[in-house]
Amino acid sequence: MNVPAIDIQGVRKAFRRRERAAGAPFWKRAAPKDKVALHELDLQVEAGGITGILGPNGSGKSTLIRILGTLLTPDSGTARVFGWDVVTDALQVRRHVNRVSVEAAFFKELSPWENMVYAARLYGYAGVRSRVVEILEGLGLPGDVIDQPMKQLSRGQQQKVAIARSFLTAPSLLLMDEPTTGLDPRSKKDVQSALEKLRAEREITVLLCTHDMDEAAALCERVLMMDGGRVLADGSPDELCRRHGGANSGPTLEDVFMHLTGKTLEAEELEEVAT
Amino acid sequence: MNVGISHLEAGALLGFAERQMYVYKRYWVWEVVWLFYSIVSVLSIGFLASGLGTLGAGGGFDLRRAQLYLLVGALLWGYLSLVFMEAAYAIAWERWEGTIEYTFMAPVRRMTHLMGICLFAIVYGLARTFIVLVVAIAIFDVDFSHANFGGTLIVLAASTVPLIGLAILTSVLPLLSPQKGEQMSFAVQGFLLLVSGVYYPLSVLPAPLQLAGTISPLTYALAGMRRSLLEGAGMGDQLPTVGILLGMGAVLIPLGILVFSWAERRAKRLGLLKRSG
Repeated sequence: MNVPAIDIQGVRKAFRRRERAAGAPFWKRAAPKDKVALHELDLQVEAGGITGILGPNGSGKSTLIRILGTLLTPDSGTARVFGWDVVTDALQVRRHVNRVSVEAAFFKELSPWENMVYAARLYGYAGVRSRVVEILEGLGLPGDVIDQPMKQLSRGQQQKVAIARSFLTAPSLLLMDEPTTGLDPRSKKDVQSALEKLRAEREITVLLCTHDMDEAAALCERVLMMDGGRVLADGSPDELCRRHGGANSGPTLEDVFMHLTGKTLEAEELEEVAT
Repeated sequence: MNVGISHLEAGALLGFAERQMYVYKRYWVWEVVWLFYSIVSVLSIGFLASGLGTLGAGGGFDLRRAQLYLLVGALLWGYLSLVFMEAAYAIAWERWEGTIEYTFMAPVRRMTHLMGICLFAIVYGLARTFIVLVVAIAIFDVDFSHANFGGTLIVLAASTVPLIGLAILTSVLPLLSPQKGEQMSFAVQGFLLLVSGVYYPLSVLPAPLQLAGTISPLTYALAGMRRSLLEGAGMGDQLPTVGILLGMGAVLIPLGILVFSWAERRAKRLGLLKRSG
């Protein structure tokens, strides 16, 4: 029997915060409050394919990604990646996983090449320049940016380097946390094409958190809709539209999301930009 | 399998050291400024010793010996504090750059990560201290006629070991408190300067500070190097000091890794690894 890429059983995660009441004296410690990010989540994802996670801010998407990336430990339940437990076998999990987050995490003074060499060494790959250039060009980045400091690159270019870096380390599970948020339409298209190409070239499992309904519909075989730390719906884009599309003719994932939550992701995105 | 893993860890160790080298290359102007500052600090200490004669510290007072005593303190402090702060800032630096989650997701042992940072710090610290030493020798007529360099080098090498352990323990602070941890690293560095006999013998300190000095590895490193440079103590004479330093390292490095692992688990439980803290 094949080991699932992701196997989550009853995972719960809450964060404790102390918020001082307005006007309270500075020496008085505020009582802690738990904010639940994930409620007893169960999830299985088979190896191969792209699974999308759609949800507004605070829905638990990033918490889920961080738990799978061994950056957070669940309060209860178990999470396994290719059979390895994210807490007790964290090192083995990390050998199979890479992550692209919404904020490109780089040494900004270093060039894409220097950042890529660093990543290649950490993951035990040779940082061959021709391969790095090939990946970058595949993502639509001109070859001459490779030696410029990252801080001189646009946000879109930085994000493409982040994606190229994850491709270079050949992960079996790629966690993508809103990788195309803030990119121009052309860059978005480049990233999506590169992802499809990667999937065609070798077996890789991708967990893609996105706000972009069209992106999810185009790339994902399976979509999970989350809100308030719970999975509200799970299925292929077509299935979700059939099951939860409401009375609309030819419903979209946006309609499904509105039907399930009473919110629009677009409004959530605008709110995020405003804050 | 084990050979493969060791190969991976060795590659990652070099990767961390190489990354630090790239970072320093990009910040080379800063490094020139810091080098200038180190030279000026050491020269100030040298001239302070020269000026003692004009303050009436004559008679049986050996000014040249005092000058060498202070210069050794300044130079060794320059090297050891650089290694200490580099390792202690391993996490703080990642927080500034926003790479902490990326680094903590890498498939490498934390020991490899921290040792990679220390490896670069040692090489860089030695190179910078050598330049400062050359300038100090050129300006002051330093008397090395009694010096035993074999004894000096063996103590210098041994002193780095416990210092790395101490630095790893300090690097935990930004993991425990993302907002205040960096400043606390400076406080630890300042306290080491106070109690380790960098510029004066421990005997001038109040008893509680003397006690703190006896558990600081820098105290033994400085005393040992002064014995070699001022009194000609050879490698054989330095074996007890080397033993103490390595013994302290054998306790401090595993303890540092243990405490770091605990702090990392805590940070993952409380969600403290995020960039914003």
